[in-house]
Amino acid sequence: MASTIRVRATAGTDTTEVQALIQHPMDSGFVKDAKGELIPPHHIETVTFEAGGKVVFTALWGPAVSKDPFVKFSFKGGAKGDDLKITWIDNKGATDTLTAKIG
Amino acid sequence: MERLLKSKASRRGVLRGLALTAVVGASLNALRSVAAFAADAAGWPGDAFRQKSEADTLKTLYGGKPTEASDKIKLDAPEIAENGAVVPISVSTSLPGVTSISIMVAENPNALAASYRIPEGTTPQVSNRLKMAKTSNVVAVVESGGKLYSTSKEVKVTVGGCGG
Repeated sequence: MASTIRVRATAGTDTTEVQALIQHPMDSGFVKDAKGELIPPHHIETVTFEAGGKVVFTALWGPAVSKDPFVKFSFKGGAKGDDLKITWIDNKGATDTLTAKIG
Repeated sequence: MERLLKSKASRRGVLRGLALTAVVGASLNALRSVAAFAADAAGWPGDAFRQKSEADTLKTLYGGKPTEASDKIKLDAPEIAENGAVVPISVSTSLPGVTSISIMVAENPNALAASYRIPEGTTPQVSNRLKMAKTSNVVAVVESGGKLYSTSKEVKVTVGGCGG
């Protein structure tokens, strides 16, 4: 299966900019389906970004984060060809991880 | 069978203990998470995400420290969001020693939308996309050197992003 995570990490002069897009329904628990029944909450809770053996960014998400979430940040260091590891965990215990190369 | 009964009894004991020692709201949350049989991801501040108001969220997430308004935080959000399901919001700050950035949508059913941990070496800046139920103040809270600073901006929502 293709990964749910798409990431672009670009090394600049002193920082690396990371843009990540994750495929996830991010159901809030407040929306009703066609039968009028509430769709239970189903959303990502944590996303961790690791580079050079340390966590460079952690996202803690509630159900108010949009479907197929997007996040952008940058961190000091990181060189072209370095690994960037991304891991998410949702409220049902599902998880996915991807290791991308910084470009 | 006997073991099963015993474990059930001890769980009841734990719950009873919780109900006795914790405040009512907290024990309700504990009961709810036991009932759902789904543990929250490690480090996810579930209690903070379950609070309704901005003030309760801040109290739960940051332990009730005072929040000071700051013009050193830049909150980028549209004046008018046509689609409340996808509202692009960016926060950046020139404050030093930033350890976290949280974003709240005051009028959403639960105020806290997202919280980001910023380790040393990471730029205190984040962009994301949030859902907004209706026109609301968006509040960015930055934890810098152990103190809390905030700024807010009203975003008008034409079509809400939380209803069905």
